[in-house]
Amino acid sequence: MAVDWRPTATIETLRERARLLGEVRAFFAERGVLEVETPVLGRGGSTDVHLASLSAEATTPAGRERLWLQTSPEFAMKRLLAAGAGPIFQLARCFRDGEVGRRHNLEFTMLEWYRPGFTLDALIEESAELVRCVLGRELGDEAGPLRRRRYRDLFRETLDIDPFTAPLGELRRMAEEQGGLAMGEAPRDDCLDLLLSFAIEPQLGRGGIDVVVDYPASQAALARRHRDPEDGEWVASRFELYLEGLELANGYDELTDATEQAARFAEDNAARRAAGLPAVDVDARLVAALEHGMPEGSGVALGIDRLIQLALGKSSVAEVMAFATPRC
Amino acid sequence: MANYSTNEFKGGLKVMLDGDPCAIVENELVKPGKGQAFSRVKLRNLMTGRVWERTFKSGESLEGADVMDLDMEYLYNDGEMWYFMKTDGSFEQYPVEKKALGDTEKWLKEQVVYTITLWNDNAISVSPPNFIELEVTETDPGLKGDTAQGGSKPATLSSGAVVRVPLFINEGEVLKVDTRSGEYVSRA
Repeated sequence: MAVDWRPTATIETLRERARLLGEVRAFFAERGVLEVETPVLGRGGSTDVHLASLSAEATTPAGRERLWLQTSPEFAMKRLLAAGAGPIFQLARCFRDGEVGRRHNLEFTMLEWYRPGFTLDALIEESAELVRCVLGRELGDEAGPLRRRRYRDLFRETLDIDPFTAPLGELRRMAEEQGGLAMGEAPRDDCLDLLLSFAIEPQLGRGGIDVVVDYPASQAALARRHRDPEDGEWVASRFELYLEGLELANGYDELTDATEQAARFAEDNAARRAAGLPAVDVDARLVAALEHGMPEGSGVALGIDRLIQLALGKSSVAEVMAFATPRC
Repeated sequence: MANYSTNEFKGGLKVMLDGDPCAIVENELVKPGKGQAFSRVKLRNLMTGRVWERTFKSGESLEGADVMDLDMEYLYNDGEMWYFMKTDGSFEQYPVEKKALGDTEKWLKEQVVYTITLWNDNAISVSPPNFIELEVTETDPGLKGDTAQGGSKPATLSSGAVVRVPLFINEGEVLKVDTRSGEYVSRA
């Protein structure tokens, strides 16, 4: 069989992609947000249980050592914030092992930006503006209104269940029904993840830009937690933005407490060990930067390949990348 | 057989599911922003031809199935089994049951090469070539001068298949037929 050397995107698409990335840079230049570049390789990796990191052996002045390919530029950018960089953005190449599909590619481009002093609500507004800017005037208007949807209400409306208080047995039974697989031993969050991605996600972002807020506290990742005003349940100060059933962005009211950060790294690695996954080296420099002090504020990571896919009316991320993983 | 984990699932991979050999048709990664990833997989059951949809947690695995496709020539039928012979010069013969033969029974012709799917060295399905040449054994008499107009009529072929053919076709003629659609292509 002939070797398939051709790009997975047409040259015309690559021209459009370059133009849209120019729009992104103009968007931030207008708002006084500084473009930065941070290393792809780091001594600390992502400890997130659901992310598989790639690593590389390298010879550095410290000798032969293992460096992690970033799953997002979050740690390095937060160190810049602690050093007084002010508002910053980056178009960063990121790597996640095993993630290849219509919506995923092993390496992809993340648009990540941080806004010291911004509330989560202010950043939600700005994220929607960025999305409309990349979609262009016509598609941007067609996208419809920005809607805030509480995680809890989505489960109540779609599945008639309260994700915070429903018994685990019932969540497992519903997840089994939706997914057609055995969830006998599955933890609560895995059941909720399945129900969200199978039953709720496909309907999000239809006729509007949907922003899901108030996730369970157990899914806070690197976001702060606060109490739900309804009944005092702890929730994560986090949002995800959806358009046309696609998850585009993930934003946090950023955790700035060094002790809490170190504790979450340790919790993650304990969970990794329990699941039989390799532990990941913790970014001690991030913890040190938080000890020094990082300004309060919000940050968001947006999968720019997916947004470009929507803007250009394509059906997979491969069609907006020069050489997607199957052809790299 | 080796085990295959969800990130090795790709189109064409043969795996065991619920005791039957299956071929993976499609594997879609489903993952919420932060959280557990799932693989939504479509598999064709090679015994029944039915397509199943199943979900697996990322990292789960399935046992591989010892399945292969081989070219074999059709020899004869003894009233119970259909016999095929390998084309690799070994003259090795395989009996095939009616169940495994399925719809291909109506496209059988001696000395034609078929694709036989073997599971643990037993034939489980038979696919005909895309095009096959067969003789018309029965059809209404041909109509002279009616070569351009659209009309058609049924014709029974030597293998037993019935296809729609143009009105000018006569008994005894050999036709080229597309086995996938069951449609007449041309005179051979």
